[in-house]
Amino acid sequence: MAYFGELFIGGLTRGSIYALIALGYTMVYGVIELINFAHGEIYMIGAFTALIFASVLTLSGVTGLSVLILAALLAVLYASAYGFTVEKIAYKPLRQAPRLSPLISAVGMSIFLQNYVMLAQTPDFLPFPDLIPELPLLAGFAPLMAPTEVAIVLTTAVIMLLLTLLVKFTRMGRAMRATAQDRNMAMLVGINVNRVISQTFIIGSALAALGGVLIASHVGRINFYIGFIAGIKAFTAAVLGGIGSIPGAVLGGLILGWTESFATGYVSSDYEDVFAFALLVLILIVKPAGLLGREKTQKL
Amino acid sequence: MLLKLKQSLLIALWFVFLTFPLLVIRVNTIEKVVEWRWRNMLVTALVSFFLALAWHHFLEKRELTEQKATAAEGGKESLTSQVWADPQRYRLLLWLGPALLFAFPFFLSTYHISVLTTALMYIILGLGLNIIVGLTGLLNLGYVAFYAAGAYCYALLNHHFGVGFWIAVPLGALVGCIFGFLLALPLMRLRGDYLAIVTLGFGEITRLVLENWNAFSHGPSGIANIAPPGFFHIKLGVYGVTCYLYFLLIGLTVLTIFVVQRLQHSRIGRAWIAIREDETASQAMGIDTAKAKRTAFTIGAGWAGMTGVFFAAKTGFINPASFNFIESAMILSIVVLGGIGSIPGIIVAALLLILLPEYLRIFSDYRMLVFGIAMVGMMIFRPQGIIPAVRRTYEFHPQGKTTGQA
Repeated sequence: MAYFGELFIGGLTRGSIYALIALGYTMVYGVIELINFAHGEIYMIGAFTALIFASVLTLSGVTGLSVLILAALLAVLYASAYGFTVEKIAYKPLRQAPRLSPLISAVGMSIFLQNYVMLAQTPDFLPFPDLIPELPLLAGFAPLMAPTEVAIVLTTAVIMLLLTLLVKFTRMGRAMRATAQDRNMAMLVGINVNRVISQTFIIGSALAALGGVLIASHVGRINFYIGFIAGIKAFTAAVLGGIGSIPGAVLGGLILGWTESFATGYVSSDYEDVFAFALLVLILIVKPAGLLGREKTQKL
Repeated sequence: MLLKLKQSLLIALWFVFLTFPLLVIRVNTIEKVVEWRWRNMLVTALVSFFLALAWHHFLEKRELTEQKATAAEGGKESLTSQVWADPQRYRLLLWLGPALLFAFPFFLSTYHISVLTTALMYIILGLGLNIIVGLTGLLNLGYVAFYAAGAYCYALLNHHFGVGFWIAVPLGALVGCIFGFLLALPLMRLRGDYLAIVTLGFGEITRLVLENWNAFSHGPSGIANIAPPGFFHIKLGVYGVTCYLYFLLIGLTVLTIFVVQRLQHSRIGRAWIAIREDETASQAMGIDTAKAKRTAFTIGAGWAGMTGVFFAAKTGFINPASFNFIESAMILSIVVLGGIGSIPGIIVAALLLILLPEYLRIFSDYRMLVFGIAMVGMMIFRPQGIIPAVRRTYEFHPQGKTTGQA
């Protein structure tokens, strides 16, 4: 039973991170119906930026919680900037193009960003400092969960709540939902669609960066390639929950996290990624709309 | 003009900001020193300034041509498509190319022939993937899995049972076909982007299984000492084997071009193109879309399987690392850069993409970086590729005489 609990907590942590990244996929897909292949790379860039700034801050004598907060803020800022720029360069000129074009452009962007970080930084794994300090507040969970795990789960929960409020009740969220429903109609009623799309990319990228910082300080090492696998898994989570749906992304992330955790714990640890991919293939075949997604009829 | 300069300056500043942490700072975590690379900042500023200028220029040009195209429907065809439209004009090239290719081994060293052999393999892979992506419009990001299936088919059969190369070639193709068919079965309900992800997942699963299933595939260390193809029981030296494979691959390339060309204009080929253009409409026209897509997957995969056998025979050693996503992306970029659906384009792109990084060693680090940019840039500024595919057109002459033109 203790082993089960361990796996459960492990899956919960993992799933929360997948959910954070999946939220970006889901939002972007909801608004422009495009799988943003470069999203995993944004997450990786977030982790790298945090690592760089955290190291610079630590070396210049800053300590404690302020390193985490500053590094995370800068990571979020930079990842949002990257997300914004990627959309402007790779997707915006292709809004009217056939569907295959932005998809290929996205794959190209993903390859470019990976190699850009590899060449600019290093192809090797870098150790990531344990930024999340031992807060007395979190110590209460000590026998059950590590402090990083508590931080990850709590952050995801808070963010999901905030995001739901944002989409449901603010002006910006209403504009997003309108654009997702019908872009041309949204334009007609006076919504600045370009701005809405940019906002979506910025929010999605910020969440990915946050996920990157959290997972990197949990796992303890990063390289330029982490975004690829994380990206596919987060996409799996988004599809699992029903792409375009925010609670769906979180649900999907958690289910995926638990599947992986229990499968590696009880079956075999060699095939961790295989389970995730197999789950993805299965879902797409059985229920392409996802658990909470709505079946979409194709418009002619 | 001044406004453009100002805009580009702002964009350059934005990129300086954007690339600051990754390009300028590098932290050595072991020695605990921060390295500031200010020179990179200057380079970024200059490069992005000029790129921004070029970007605006080309976007404007694109808009202009689009306007022109709508103003004069059809309009004048570009020079390249005119050349390719008329078989008379490129027939010379068609004979000269193979003649040159045949002559190469007589005055090039083993290394160069080996490089050319690799390029030929990529041409075949590109043409195979072209059936799936180019003709049918199904974005397959896991094409390398079929290639791996073929390569492992030969390697394992050779390792365990001593099966020869010539038996393995059709077997590899068959295994590729079976893989393609099985993968296609459940996928036919999926739309473009979902299909892309599932094939990507399938490719990764294949690689991971090969890496972890030690009893079957010998794990990450791979399989060594795969027999090179025999020439009527005569043992050939390294040079001999290289030349032999080179000639075989030329033959296979010619065969592939012929088959793809014939397929393209056959009933099933036209069905594929119809599906690419509009799936719903083609269904309404009575095309069995699921069957046509399945066929495309099966045939394309078979081609990859066959090439996999050649790959295993050429290198004599295979391991799962040779079949990663980069490889799929590489083949895809050959198809995309060459011109989706265009045979000459794919040949040119494969030669460019394999030979350039091989001979310009300084750039080989930047190879994937450039591919990435090229894929994005191509989609935006020249979606039809280096040599656009020529569509079959029927011309109507006022005398009431219709002529078909390939």
